[in-house]
Amino acid sequence: MCTLEKRGNLFFLTLTGDDDHRFSLTLIESLIFALSKVKSQAVHGSALITTAHGKFFSNGFDLAWAQSAGSSSGAIDRLHHLVASFKPVVSALLSLPMPTIAALPGHAAAAGFLLALSHDYVLMRRDRGVLYMSEVDIGLTLPDYFTALMRSKIGSASARRDILLAGRKVKGEEAVRMGIVDSAAHDSEESVVEGAVRLGEQLVKRKWNGEVYAEIRKSLYPEICGVLGLVPKTVVASSKL
Amino acid sequence: MCTLEKHGSLFILTLIGDNHEHRLGPSLIDCLLSALSQVNSQAINGGSALITVAHGKFFCNGFDVPWGQSDARSRLHQMVESFRSVMSALLSLPVPTIAAVSGHAAAGGLVLALGHDYVLMRRDRGFLYMSEVDLAITLPDYVAALMRSKIGGSAARRDVLLRGMKVKGEEAVRMGIVDSAAYDSEESVVEAAVRLGHRLAERKWNGEVYAEIRKSLYPEICGVLGLVSKTIVASSKL
Repeated sequence: MCTLEKRGNLFFLTLTGDDDHRFSLTLIESLIFALSKVKSQAVHGSALITTAHGKFFSNGFDLAWAQSAGSSSGAIDRLHHLVASFKPVVSALLSLPMPTIAALPGHAAAAGFLLALSHDYVLMRRDRGVLYMSEVDIGLTLPDYFTALMRSKIGSASARRDILLAGRKVKGEEAVRMGIVDSAAHDSEESVVEGAVRLGEQLVKRKWNGEVYAEIRKSLYPEICGVLGLVPKTVVASSKL
Repeated sequence: MCTLEKHGSLFILTLIGDNHEHRLGPSLIDCLLSALSQVNSQAINGGSALITVAHGKFFCNGFDVPWGQSDARSRLHQMVESFRSVMSALLSLPVPTIAAVSGHAAAGGLVLALGHDYVLMRRDRGFLYMSEVDLAITLPDYVAALMRSKIGGSAARRDVLLRGMKVKGEEAVRMGIVDSAAYDSEESVVEAAVRLGHRLAERKWNGEVYAEIRKSLYPEICGVLGLVSKTIVASSKL
């Protein structure tokens, strides 16, 4: 499942368990609940770090659950249910009134990759883990908000083609070169989390107004915001005016 | 004219045209539509790829317009409209597509090349050129949308469209327009396309899903061409 802790100004959202942290309806609900707690406890100068223990950040949706529906139409319904339930997680992250950092200890695939990309900063390991959009290999088309987020966050058309159309498995250093993650200069799980903490501490020192931060973030990604129905607003919170 | 052959798992579409420039006239456009429709129906089970090639100095030098004649403008308009269907067919094709550009690709010819998933060209010969600014012709809506979707850098788009730059192989790679230009002969670019084609065909992607994911990569041009997307769950795991 997931845990939420606060250490100083940093919130830590951790996917727990020895498995591949697949998104079941229960885990999705826990994530939504945790993010709403983070939002309510936010102060100027907070940051969120999302991480996981073990070999996987997350391997995506719980397809085994979908499959166990007993019929192919039942399976498709369950898959659609998972896709629809996960949308509020992305919305919550894009609206979160503080900087967000994903620290990947391992593989991030499909919806797991999407969870990582929903953060402002992504750090991964150099020595372990790949980013992988498995849908073309599995035979699934992509939900609208998946492609919108990919387009918003991965700038290069050929990188998007390689990831989505060619199912490329991207390791750390390549992910940095392709402009998908911010850093892969980490050779252990501890080191990637430390890197995230150092970045988090730098960001919280700026003491940004969280509401303004969230609105500016949303204005960077109008396409995904449109798809998610996130409405921008003007906020003038400057103490200088 | 064009020919379509199957070599193992690969469809090879060769532009012949009525002249060595392989200009897109009504008969070549019809031939392309027919060939692509054949690929569409034969590629049902996944495990194939399309490679488009042309021999000689030109890949394709654009539309076949009788410049100087009184009906030039209406003929151009006709061809721009009928070529729309070629673009739609390429973007909806249920197989990976590769353009092996072994010669010059200009205007409509460059549009044809960029309508493929992967583009390889020669390092030593040939350039890419959007001639419209020099010819004083504006861009059809789907051409501008394709350029915006496929050429990522705003400076690169400006250089290609607004400056009429003639872009040779290595620069085309640097500008992010083509995938590779590490080839010093027509044979080697075609061989590289074949190798890439085999690698992609081996992935045995479900063709219908592949086409839908491709369309979702390029929503703007799909909107302009009226290509509707659909959700497909073809997974054997569900």
